[in-house]
Amino acid sequence: MSLEVDVDHARETFHLVARFSAAPGLTAKTTLVDIVGGLIRPDHGRIAIDGQVLVDTARGVFVPKHRRRIGYVFQDSRLFPHLSVRSNLLYGRWFAGDGGAAANLTSVVDLLGIGRLLERRPDSLSGGEKQRVAIGRALLAHPRLLLMDEPLASLDEARRAEILPYIERLRDEAGVPILYVSHSVAEVARLATTVVILTEGQVTAVGPVADILSQTDAGEGGSVLEATVARHDAAFQLSVLATAAGELQVPRLSAPVGAAVRAYIRGRDVMLSLRPPEEISALNVLAGRVVAITPDANGAQADVRLDCNGASLTARLTAKSVQRLALAPGRPVYAVIKSVSFERS
Amino acid sequence: MTPEEWTAVRLSLLVATTATLASLPFGVAIAWLLARRRFWGKSLLDTLVHLPLILPPVVTGYLLLISFGKRGPIGAFLDEQFGIVFSFRWTGAALACAVMGFPLLVRAIRLSIEAVDTRLESAAGTLGAHPLWVFATITLPLCLPGVIAGAILCFAKSMGEFGATITFVSNIPGETQTLPSLIYTLTQIPGGDAGAMRLTLVSIAISMVALLGSELLARRIGVRQMAA
Repeated sequence: MSLEVDVDHARETFHLVARFSAAPGLTAKTTLVDIVGGLIRPDHGRIAIDGQVLVDTARGVFVPKHRRRIGYVFQDSRLFPHLSVRSNLLYGRWFAGDGGAAANLTSVVDLLGIGRLLERRPDSLSGGEKQRVAIGRALLAHPRLLLMDEPLASLDEARRAEILPYIERLRDEAGVPILYVSHSVAEVARLATTVVILTEGQVTAVGPVADILSQTDAGEGGSVLEATVARHDAAFQLSVLATAAGELQVPRLSAPVGAAVRAYIRGRDVMLSLRPPEEISALNVLAGRVVAITPDANGAQADVRLDCNGASLTARLTAKSVQRLALAPGRPVYAVIKSVSFERS
Repeated sequence: MTPEEWTAVRLSLLVATTATLASLPFGVAIAWLLARRRFWGKSLLDTLVHLPLILPPVVTGYLLLISFGKRGPIGAFLDEQFGIVFSFRWTGAALACAVMGFPLLVRAIRLSIEAVDTRLESAAGTLGAHPLWVFATITLPLCLPGVIAGAILCFAKSMGEFGATITFVSNIPGETQTLPSLIYTLTQIPGGDAGAMRLTLVSIAISMVALLGSELLARRIGVRQMAA
């Protein structure tokens, strides 16, 4: 699966120029997703999936949306109000033609946990339920790529927490690559494998999620650590995560032991020490080595990137601290992270 | 009621039903074009459709006579090629009624199509539905109350149509003498008042049944769509 995008699209208020070629799991903005989905015809550009050209304005190619086999989960779910949940789910199956094993109602219904909603009408569903049905509907149309345009943006915090695990399962189990648009760094850190950063209509960064999110200009200068749940500490309501950099103690997770999770650590939550800290309240101390120091625009703060046994971790410090500790590339340091600074997303 | 009056009532029902059903597909198509498409000459089409609403009915009838009459260009062509004759036949009365009811039909359907969320239509497209299927499975069911309202308006207009009909196909008992034409005839002859009154009551009854029927139907569809 590969996706090539090269578009140049001017509208009254903005001008989108996007050229990237990437594996699935990236984020972009709504217009870009609409162009990929076939809802908007770009002024200039080329879009190809797995080598098949969907749009090429130079050669006058434009495959209409109903022949692209690209599923689209909209921010506002867009369920058909005159059809039951079951008919909504099966709508795309009429047209999927070759069918295939992936388009199986029972397995999709199980995956999304919507079995008891089948005979209901869309009006009677909660926002989170609507979004899960919309995901199932797109999935049952047997797409080769799934577009998700901020599928959680219209939901409150509790509903987001309800849906995120389903999207994670979808990513891991459904076998359909997902192009996911989001403004939420936490969502991206949790879901994405490859990230494309769009700033004012321009692609500013493309790459694996851990690399991109640790760059200063891509959001908050945080880091993503791949981890598995090693054990739970019931007495203190903590979970212990095993990462390449070492063990992390975080507030109790609902994920079972052995589950793969991601820890997103903001740069401002990381403290550095030249000696192993003793008698300190913070539970997490990771040994590492300074790789690079990137001062911010006005020189007051700097992002210090560490290599902790192969994992990348970023700490945001004041310029004064950098000087006081005489930090420089190659210097061994200890990163201190308070357990309470982890938030569940 | 006299046999003559019964004939006029039956003929009126036949003419109005034929006019409504025959113009419905065209009405939906043109309403969709006006609601959803941008094309050259759109305002011209819009004006043409609405013209019978503002022209004197006699003028519309006369235009029909000179174009669809036996020696009119369209009338002669249809007669020679397909053997279809409109002039002085009940079919001509149906044509006159369809033309007069068409603006009401198109207007109601157009408004209801415009009320259908285009975002639902594009969602159906991304699920693989061809635009024609999107129309049949999403747009049409969602605008059905408007289609029914338009059809009832067209039917009611056809039941009452007088000026264009009498100008185009005259007032021939048993062939083109519809309910309004007979009421008009009866008011012109001495002692016809009783018959005219009977037909007036019949006319009111038919209109009310049609209106109530459409109201019920639209409500049932509305309830089904909004059902919780």
